[in-house]
Amino acid sequence: MFSSPTVRTSLIFLAIAVVGLFFADIAITTANPWQDLGNFFLGIVTPNFFSSEGLMTALLRTVAFAFVGVVSGGICGFLLALVYRFLPVRMFCAFIRAIHELFWALIFLQFFGFHPLTGVLAIAIPYAGIFAKVYSEILEEADPEPGRVLPPGTGNITAFLYARIPDCWVKMRTYTAYRLECGLRSSAILGFVGLPTLGFYLEASFSQGLYSDAGAMLILFYVLIATMPLWVRPKLLPIYVLGAPFFLGEGLPIVWGNVQRFFTEDIVPAPLRNGDGLTGLMPWLSDLMINEAMPGIWNTIVLTQIALVATGILSLLAFPLISNHFGGPIRRGAGHVLLVITRSTPEYILAYILLQLWGPSMLPAIVALALHNGGIIGHLIGRQTSSIELRSDTVQGFNRYSWELVPRVYRSFLAFLFYRWEIIMRETAILGILGIYTLGFYVDSAIQNIRFDRAMVLILVTALLNIGVDTLGRYIRRKLALQTMPTC
Amino acid sequence: MASNLIRKLVLSSVLFFTTAASAETFVFTAIPDEDQTKLVERFSGVADYLSEQLNVDVRYIPVKSYAAAITAFRNNQVQLAWFGGLSGVQARRLVPGSEAIAQGVEDEAFETYFIANTNSGIKPADKLADLKDQLQGKTFTFGSKGSTSGRLMPEFYLRDTFGKKPEDFFSRVGFSGNHTRTLRLVEAGTYDVGALNFQVWNKELGDGSIDTDSVQVIWKTPAYPDYQWTIRGDVNERFGEGFKQRVTDALLNLKDPALLESFPRSGFIPASDDDYEPIRKTAEEIGILD
Repeated sequence: MFSSPTVRTSLIFLAIAVVGLFFADIAITTANPWQDLGNFFLGIVTPNFFSSEGLMTALLRTVAFAFVGVVSGGICGFLLALVYRFLPVRMFCAFIRAIHELFWALIFLQFFGFHPLTGVLAIAIPYAGIFAKVYSEILEEADPEPGRVLPPGTGNITAFLYARIPDCWVKMRTYTAYRLECGLRSSAILGFVGLPTLGFYLEASFSQGLYSDAGAMLILFYVLIATMPLWVRPKLLPIYVLGAPFFLGEGLPIVWGNVQRFFTEDIVPAPLRNGDGLTGLMPWLSDLMINEAMPGIWNTIVLTQIALVATGILSLLAFPLISNHFGGPIRRGAGHVLLVITRSTPEYILAYILLQLWGPSMLPAIVALALHNGGIIGHLIGRQTSSIELRSDTVQGFNRYSWELVPRVYRSFLAFLFYRWEIIMRETAILGILGIYTLGFYVDSAIQNIRFDRAMVLILVTALLNIGVDTLGRYIRRKLALQTMPTC
Repeated sequence: MASNLIRKLVLSSVLFFTTAASAETFVFTAIPDEDQTKLVERFSGVADYLSEQLNVDVRYIPVKSYAAAITAFRNNQVQLAWFGGLSGVQARRLVPGSEAIAQGVEDEAFETYFIANTNSGIKPADKLADLKDQLQGKTFTFGSKGSTSGRLMPEFYLRDTFGKKPEDFFSRVGFSGNHTRTLRLVEAGTYDVGALNFQVWNKELGDGSIDTDSVQVIWKTPAYPDYQWTIRGDVNERFGEGFKQRVTDALLNLKDPALLESFPRSGFIPASDDDYEPIRKTAEEIGILD
């Protein structure tokens, strides 16, 4: 068994995570964590839907930002996908998607302020990078046959529209609809930095311990996501897309001089701005690298590796919940509800909740990342096992799980896990804003001190780290010959 | 579809711009140093009062961080702000012409209280140095990273007294986000020790919402200047001659006891940038300001 490369890779990652645990700061620091958790669940079962008159507006804004952001990201992503074969385009796309929506929002807040454009761009830019990659993969896999039978002299555009697009259309539509769900999550968390979406009210209610108010918001959010197949209909889409820009809220007017100032002054490293030249730049940069970037990178990597393995373990435990090889329809239904809840709750919100309840350490972040990502992978793998036909005289219970199903889905499980590696790291970095000492903590500190030059360097470091992990993840998947479809 | 969307987007951003420009709303913000509900209640009251006094539309914008308040002020999206000592210094450095116009009566001599969970066994003392053995290795929380009473002054006294960075002196250092959170976290025992704005402590104590069996004050800092109203230098050009003076007068004449109680301040008195020199020096000393 140990000679199998997939098993060996798994064990290496498991070992790294176990070593990481020795370095990680894992503790529950609150005096009554279970009582707080109990109060929280009490709040969820006694939701107060009438707490804030802003709640419905916030939901509307959340949907509006998601639509405008995802649609603009989709259009730009599609155009980029057409020229994706050029290396600079690929690098550009890898770069913009390596920066988390919240970091983009924090950047735009500095010069657009609380204008709707801040929220729209924060979603559209990273999504454009992701769309470009996935659309180009879909286009590449299209069957070349229809193109060959076109009469000679057919124009490129005509050939593309009539021979390529029809073959890809369903896949692209499915993926775009899926991204819209991700967009709703992204849109909701933008509220945590002050945009008028759900996160704004969720943060306010939570930090004051108003769990019934927070519970109501979470329930409404789950309902919104769970009912998407009902209200996102092809015929209604044009109405949503055209209407959404009008529901982004007023915000505050943009002062264009601020944009220029940001790029020509704010983000220029302080020594250069003050005229100390390159001699001043080196000490500035090395101070930043040693005191902030290095500890940030270390904590980000440690947390990512532990969360990755925790996600893997949780996915393997979770998939039987919805697999039709175990239990009856009632238990499977409950399993579905549970997995919908864990995967619909953004990691950021889960981590925020757990941090409030357990106190600050890496533990809430690990649990949040594992719950959300484990929910997603568990769902995908569970669905996959349901399509497997077992012999009617096959083993039952644990033996069926460990000897029949897990070996059959293990490769695609690993494929999903390595695909999500980079996503987990991107989230880990951002969780620093909540007070865990990953890269996001130092980015947030720099922004709090109005030092955008330092913030930009640290965001750049974060992006490079993500690109590195993305590359490594792809290398391992290729090496193990694992295939996957994209998830968000 | 694409062009339509872009047209709508451009159109709507133009609309935002024109409505805001023609109505000339006077917008202000405040650092989010306490619970959101309290802030909205307090500052919507101030907005109504100012609107009545100044005969213009006045709007309060809630923000999620101290930096967001400073940035909105710097970007001229708000023209007036209720800043802390440090955020005010930062904002005025970034906006030439802006100035401090009023402060609370209590802000001339503001204090930070160090509070401890009673289970930590830490006993109150008059000198911070006397607490060295009791504090060393405990867990500690500041308020917001950009707070004067919740971060700058406590960090200054910790470094000054113990000769170490807080992270090296305590076993765990956190940033709760605001003063109310600091109080709740220390009360609950999440952190052994915390530092907070003395006015928040006194108000919560007066309201009977502190469990005094769980948390107590262990040390008080010497006095320093803190909160103030800071206004942009270009408001007269936008809102008419003498507007800055009218805002100043309105704030100094604010006598509504309920509104003052919500701050809580007993009244507002004139302030100037020079009052905050000690804050600027302290911030430079611990490396928060370049």
